[in-house]
This record gives sequence, structure tokens and C-alpha cells, in this order.
Amino acid sequence: MSAVIEVQNLVARYGEHTVLKCIDLQVQAGEIMVIMGGSGSGKSTLLRHLLGLQTPHSGHVRLLGEDINAIPAQRLVELRRKMGVAFQGGALFSSMSVGENVMLPLREHARLDESTMQIMMRLKLDIVNLAGCENLMPAQLSGGMIKRAAMARAIIMDPRLLFLDEPSAGLDPVVAASLDELILKLRDATGMSLVVVTHELESAFKIADRIAVLDHGDILVCGSVAEVRASPSERVQALLNRRIQPLELNPEEYLKRLTGGPVSGGAIA
Amino acid sequence: MRNAAETIGRNTLAGIAELGLAAVLLLESLGWIFTGARRRQPVRFSAVLAQCMDIGLRALPIVTVLSFAIGAMVAIQGIHTLSIFGAESQVTLGIALSITREFAPLITGILVAGRSGSALAARLGTMKINEEISALTVIGINPVRYLVAPSLLAMVLMVPLLTWYSDMVALLGAGIYVSLDLGMSFTAYLGELRLYLDNHDILHGIGKSVLFGMLITLVGVVNGLGVTGGAEGVGRMTTRSVVHAISAIVITDMVFTFLMTR
Repeated sequence: MSAVIEVQNLVARYGEHTVLKCIDLQVQAGEIMVIMGGSGSGKSTLLRHLLGLQTPHSGHVRLLGEDINAIPAQRLVELRRKMGVAFQGGALFSSMSVGENVMLPLREHARLDESTMQIMMRLKLDIVNLAGCENLMPAQLSGGMIKRAAMARAIIMDPRLLFLDEPSAGLDPVVAASLDELILKLRDATGMSLVVVTHELESAFKIADRIAVLDHGDILVCGSVAEVRASPSERVQALLNRRIQPLELNPEEYLKRLTGGPVSGGAIA
Repeated sequence: MRNAAETIGRNTLAGIAELGLAAVLLLESLGWIFTGARRRQPVRFSAVLAQCMDIGLRALPIVTVLSFAIGAMVAIQGIHTLSIFGAESQVTLGIALSITREFAPLITGILVAGRSGSALAARLGTMKINEEISALTVIGINPVRYLVAPSLLAMVLMVPLLTWYSDMVALLGAGIYVSLDLGMSFTAYLGELRLYLDNHDILHGIGKSVLFGMLITLVGVVNGLGVTGGAEGVGRMTTRSVVHAISAIVITDMVFTFLMTR
């Protein structure tokens, strides 16, 4: 097996604030890699770097062997044709019907006649259980349907890499479980590699080949489900067992934060 | 004091950054318009057409009403002012020049800024907060080619056309008032227009309107892409885009007129 996604020494910063501290990560062909972590752990930033939506402060991101921040724009466009992305909120174009949304990558990248594109679009909608919804507008869809339509758009070009951002967040358990099934089915049928960003534990354990747990911009552990479960790291265990991390409180700092300024004797009294 | 200086400095830098962004967007859009087809990523004709419908055709009713009113207003004021000297019969010259050189391009520019410039800012802003612009990028569709270039092209085509139409309607409005008030026949009014009006005057107004179209697009796009913070941000930047676009139009008009009349 060869790595289709390689991240080397990736550092990301927003101004002075370091969001990702020297991340190293590899995803093999046909693998489902789940990136897990709490809010503010840097997982969305990592995903944006993997997609080339942000340029790293330092380090490299290689997709299918090409450094996405070093190749010319035209090559990057060609590379993007081999990638599919489903965003957290779906990011369907609200002015187009579901069918038009799903067909958009085909229209822009492939020279096919209208009826072929229609057939491909219906096929993909069928795969995500949205058959017959092509004429609806995104505003008419429920949350779960939007996520599935976004997934249909992500797989319309039969990508080699599929990125899913929080595919089951905010969905009821039954719909979430069916999406997990769908992810596994897709991988088995097409052999594509998937990167799934999620904080849903159950879903992560069900679909992942490997899990990378991100915390404060660091990868705490990266390994199979069993390895992650057995991790001795307290932070990982806290995340897995939904334990609240005890915050180390300094009374003076706390008072300062509450009063919004330096603590004076009068404020305490 | 230091805070004030810091704020001024930061705002100045932000302003310069916005100007830079506008310049880059303009050059990039022109690049896509002229070389997109060669790069196998053409600016879609259908997108330009849809924008033309929205910016041009759907603005016709309101442009008609306002241009007619402006034309009549210029005639009323002109006759009122000239009557001081007893020179009412000379009103056509004033009407012809002021409408074609100033009023028609200005009113059209302001109308399009309010209708389409704000709509552009709101559309791009909403697309940005819904991650639709990121989605376009990762699909491999350049957002400038797909969203900005068609709007720019449509605006540069439609604002001059609307201005020309506004010229005609405003001159008609003025003519109707003049013929009613001064008892001059409409044919005589048209004859005077042909005598006084030069192609140069019409082109002066149309030339300005091309610039206005560019300004409206760029201001709308820069403000739309600058949206942060949800629906409230979209509202704020939409308002800002209208105010900025109208200010840019009026100031550009002054500079253009100054340079062209020297």
C-alpha cells in the first residue's frame, strides 16, 4: 500500500496563534482515516489545509504524490477532479436544484452530453438514497438529505480521495447510522480513500480503519480503533469516556478574568 | 491618543488592502474573460446572460419611471430658472447637455448600485458563510471565473445600455413638459435636440457609465467576500456596498468630468 495523503511537519497559524503544531499524518490507499478531536482542537483547520483552502505556515501537504502548495494552478485543478469534498453544512448552491448541484462538477470538468450527465447524477443520488429528489431546491431538504446530497456531489466524479466534514453531526441516530453504512459501502465498492472529520465517537469507531486524535493542534495518538481505545494518554481517555477535563484554576487569574481587569483589594472584598 | 492613531493606521491599511483586492479581482476577471476559453475554463455565456437579465432587463421599469421623472424635473427647473432672464426658449440646450452628460449616467449608476451591486454583495456574502465558495474551489472551479467575471461582463454591457435608454426616456419626459409648458411642438423640440446634441455628449455619459459598471461590480464583490459573522455580517456588508458604490460613482463622475472637459 502507498500513501495517498502525506502531511509533513505541518504548522498552521492565525496571526500569532499557532493552531497546528508540526502535524505528521499519512493516509493509505483505500483507507478510512478518521480525524477526531474536541472543538478548537484544530481538526477543521487541518481539513482546510488538506483541501488546499489555506496555505500552511510551514510544512507540506501531498495528495496523490503532489505537493498541493507547490504545483501550478492548472495541475491543482486536475488534482481536484480526483477529490471529492462534502462540507459540514453541505454547501449546496442554493440557487440550483439538487440535480444541478450534483451535476456541476461534471458540467465544468467533463465533456458529456446532457442525458449522460443526467443518468450519472441519478445514479449517484440513488446511491445516497435520494432517488427522485433531483428537482428539489436545497432549501426544501432536511438536514440529513442535505448531507447526503452533498455526498452525492462529492462522489459524482468518482474521486480517489473523499473528504467528509462532520458527516453525521446534528443528525438523528438512525440517519447517522445509515450514513456510516453508506461511507463503508462506498469505500468497499470504489476503493477510494476517505478522510472523515468527526467528533461522534460511535460513528468514528464504526467506520475508521485508523483514527487520529487531535488536541490543541497536536496529534495525541494515531492508530487503529483498538490502539486508540488502549491509549494510555489521559486526554484521549477523557475524550473517549466523555470525561470533563479538570481545568487547573489559579484563583487570582480567575478573578482577573471575571472582573475583566487587574484584581484590586476592593474587588475581592 | 495612541489608540486613535492605531485605529487610523489599521483602517488605512484595511482600505488599501481592499483597493488591492479590487485591482486583483479586476485583472483576474479580465484574464478569465479573455483567456478562459484557451485554458478550457471559459466564462459561461449562460451565466453572463442570466446576469444581464437581472442587471439590465429587470431594471427597465424602475429606470423608465425615474428617468422620466428626472427629465421632467430638469425641464421644470430649467424653465423656472431661465424665466428670470426671460430666456425660457433656450431651455432645450440645458436639458440636452445635463441629461446626457450627467443625470442619466448618474441615476442609472445609483439605481444599479442599489439593485444589483447590493444583490451581488449579499449573494457572495451568503455563499461565503455557507462555505459555497470553498465548495467551488475544491470542485476545481475558480470562484473569480464562475462568479465575478460574468457579473463584471454583464455590468459593463448593461449599465451603458441602461444609460442610453435612460437618456432617451429622460429627454422624452423633458420634451413632454417643455411642449406643454412653452407651447413648443414636440417636433420642434426634437429638432433643437438634434441641433444641440453631439455624439460626443452621449458618449461622454456612456463612457462614464462603463466605469460605473466596473466600480459597482468590484465594490459589491469586495464587500461580499469580506463578510464575516453570519447573517448580520451579510446585512452590514450589503449596506456598506451600496454606500461605497454610490460614493465611488459620484467621486469618479467628478474626476471624469473634470478631466474630460479640460
